[in-house]
Amino acid sequence: MTRYTSATPDDRAEMLEAIGVDSVADLFEQIPEPLRLGEPLKLPGGLSEAEVYERLAGLAARNADAEEQVCFVGAGMYDHYVPAIVDAITQRSEFLTPYTPYQPEISQGGLQVMFEFQTAMTELTGLPVSGAGLYEGPSSVASAGYLAIGATKRRRFVVSRGVHPHSRETLATYSAGYGAEVVEVGLEGGLTDAAALAAAVDGETAAVFLQSPNFLGAVEDVEALGAAAREHGALLVVACDPMTLGVLKPPGACGADIALGEGQPLGNRLDFGGPSFGFFCATEDQIRRMPGRIAGETDDVDGRRGFVLALQTREQHIRREKATNNICTAQALNALAAMVHLAWLGRQGYRELGELLVRRTAYARGRLAAVEGVELLHEAPVAREFALRLAAPVDAVLERCAERGIAAGYPLGRDYPEYEDGLLVAITERRSREQIDRLAEALGDAIAAERGDFATQGVTKSPQPEGVA
Amino acid sequence: MSLASETPMQRERATTIYEKSKPGRRAAVLPDAGVPERPLEELIPANLLRAEPPRLPEVAEPEIVRHYNKLSRRNFDLDSGFYPLGSCTMKHNPRLNERVAALPGHARLHPAQDPRRAQGALELMWLLQGSLAEICGLPHVSLQPSAGSHGELAGLLLTRAYHADRGETRTKVLAPDTSHGTNPASVTMAGYEAVKVATNERGGVEMDDLRAKIDADPDAIACLMLTNPNTLGLFDENIAEIAALIHAAGGTLYYDGANLNAVMGHSRPGDMGFDIVHVNLHKSFSQPHGGGGPGAGPIAVSDRIEPFLPRPQVVRREGENGHSPFFDLDHERPKSIGRLRGFQGNFGVFVRSYAYILSLGADGLAEASETAVLNANYLKARLAAGRAGERLPVAFDRHCMHEFVLSGKPMKKELGLATLDLAKRLLDFGFHPPTVYFPLLVEEALMVEPTETETKESLDAFADAVEQILAEAETDPEIAKEAPYTTPVRRLDEVKATRHPVVRQSLG
Repeated sequence: MTRYTSATPDDRAEMLEAIGVDSVADLFEQIPEPLRLGEPLKLPGGLSEAEVYERLAGLAARNADAEEQVCFVGAGMYDHYVPAIVDAITQRSEFLTPYTPYQPEISQGGLQVMFEFQTAMTELTGLPVSGAGLYEGPSSVASAGYLAIGATKRRRFVVSRGVHPHSRETLATYSAGYGAEVVEVGLEGGLTDAAALAAAVDGETAAVFLQSPNFLGAVEDVEALGAAAREHGALLVVACDPMTLGVLKPPGACGADIALGEGQPLGNRLDFGGPSFGFFCATEDQIRRMPGRIAGETDDVDGRRGFVLALQTREQHIRREKATNNICTAQALNALAAMVHLAWLGRQGYRELGELLVRRTAYARGRLAAVEGVELLHEAPVAREFALRLAAPVDAVLERCAERGIAAGYPLGRDYPEYEDGLLVAITERRSREQIDRLAEALGDAIAAERGDFATQGVTKSPQPEGVA
Repeated sequence: MSLASETPMQRERATTIYEKSKPGRRAAVLPDAGVPERPLEELIPANLLRAEPPRLPEVAEPEIVRHYNKLSRRNFDLDSGFYPLGSCTMKHNPRLNERVAALPGHARLHPAQDPRRAQGALELMWLLQGSLAEICGLPHVSLQPSAGSHGELAGLLLTRAYHADRGETRTKVLAPDTSHGTNPASVTMAGYEAVKVATNERGGVEMDDLRAKIDADPDAIACLMLTNPNTLGLFDENIAEIAALIHAAGGTLYYDGANLNAVMGHSRPGDMGFDIVHVNLHKSFSQPHGGGGPGAGPIAVSDRIEPFLPRPQVVRREGENGHSPFFDLDHERPKSIGRLRGFQGNFGVFVRSYAYILSLGADGLAEASETAVLNANYLKARLAAGRAGERLPVAFDRHCMHEFVLSGKPMKKELGLATLDLAKRLLDFGFHPPTVYFPLLVEEALMVEPTETETKESLDAFADAVEQILAEAETDPEIAKEAPYTTPVRRLDEVKATRHPVVRQSLG
């Protein structure tokens, strides 16, 4: 007997007899002989539970996580505090181990969670319809492109360079299949170049993609930028950060047709990039083009309120090649984590958290910009993340900060050659004022050391105002 | 069933968390900002600010916990009972895997961490890639796709890139009429035309039809997508010939790995001639399904497809001068199809699946498939020996692999009982029903996949329940037609939910 199976030799004998064969090997005879492996896989033998734990704990110990380093890295995923009840609820067998709710009578828990989640996401984004969740952020952006092609019968996308680089690249990858053209519009002063955007959108444009706050942390004027899309009948797709929507005007109030994004900040761990979930909200008229599962309310035969998977005629298992998307398994458990986190924050807490992020971010931005060798990459308004320029090689500065236990931010040069000196710094409620001050000191020291200018080490410039509106 | 006989759970009507909300209640206490409390309008222009906060529920922590605990009890789950959902491989989800995934070194590792400070994570991914490559019999793996359908789309975009690199434009992708719905849906998303191939009397690909579809326009054939064993639970004995035909036409052969649990350590898709394979880590490799995800759908490919794999790719760079090897993310892949998603994939799923592979090892994986096949054939035989043998015959009468498909056609004709009725009645017996009405070519289909982690006793109990339901229907078919009776709600009006969709709680 090996792991997780329970057929004893007696069981096997009885079962083989009932089947009418002499050995299990007989059952594998339907595989033509040359295609049978005939030797063990070249993998090690199985290990005990204790040994597996030690092996994986050993690997985990070789990662510098956010317990070990003070994490100012964001770029789409953030080190927020996940309340304890999220773990307690998501680890319940009844949520952890069922399949997709194909049998609604015994899946009311999961279906109602989807319904509650959809309600929360429509409230956050200000759009009336939400799906039950997609894989994650960038692939949700690509799915919006597919929806837009279906809605407009056009195959041209206009994308701001402020949209997350992973989202832009994913949209480009999918567009090879869609047969769509992707046109990029640059940034000016940290914000989407409005004139260039207006010039790029035309009558062949299926959708305009914006992100706010954008990748550089700047809050875009989505309403004003969206005018070009409206004028030409293109859909306006807005990627947003769900932790900022307590304070920022929701995409739905800015004329967006689709609001979507990476859901990780809501109740999900960093997990080196996943699993998290993508949220996807739209206007009423797109409901039959939505990707993925949607839970809907209905009644049972006795008139009891209940929930089912609604509008399944959009989906692959019914519609096959005519489906509005191919997605099947998505991220239901991660959406549950988000729902529990949002219920825990509640109406007041969610707003307060947004305010806290904006104020701490303003403090951090002012504090860091006052450091010798640091200046703001742009002066546009920000909510929870901001971009700096460093007067020393970014990678070397990051390395020096890491040696002091600080992950100082995300090097913008990884994705933006034009910002080779750029550093993106993210703030969460876990990043205290004291930690921000430590970062300022570490950055100043690192830059000074890199410039070989030990005389100025630790010296700050004259104070700058906190945040620039 | 009269309302007077409602179960306690049925009596408690569904109430959402929003309906439990009262102004002023709250759970979260946030840290003090510790910085000046400046008006937001000083920091962000007023026209970009939100006027009213979203109407999230206002509920204290004890009620949140009680609400979601109560909701959880309105779910059936694998930890509570037998879940023979065909094509879904509902095998045990080891708790060890949850424990190791939750280690801070995994759970709180930022995805943009410098590879020098994420060596453990990258090595784990590299080791998992190697393990999957060995299991699939194909040398190169990308872990990036988020689930099976994402892997399919990846495979088709790889196919497109492969042909384009050879200066070819091909337009058609073949898939059998038994294929998963995700196959044709992915085909359309990848910009191809889906072409159906018929099934022969043994449940495999109809070779004459395949030849005809290829011969009609060989240069148009981009790919053939297959599941093997297929969705009937049968291994296609002609696979070598099928591979030869598609390769002769210049197409790629794609393996939908939903049924890999049948053949681990026994037969490898790469050896069968497949070029691209996706693996459902949430099926064969024990990632819990979470009520609809998360999963992961890594792909394994042959040498000729490798240059096109998504960016970034986890690589091992050999150390020089006695230094240990360095694990890195390779972004410099000029022929790559590009990214399919953000960052590196569903890493938390990789941790669980790698823990599973380490636990079982080579012998354990082979034993898992063996027992899965044994359990399926035993349950098939047990059912055939009873009333199901006549009323619910197996669609293709031969040994199956890890699952089998029954047809409820005689049951419907003779007893007036549809497959759906049987499925709903099984709920009252405490079982999750098998997959129903799939694959489409079997009338009144019932697709049963017991998996290796079920005991003989649970298989017997399931067979007994089917027997009892069929016997009951011989005297009173109305019982099953009105079922279920004991579930938190009874049959739901799905038509109403689609005609007049209500997809959010009204908040007044």
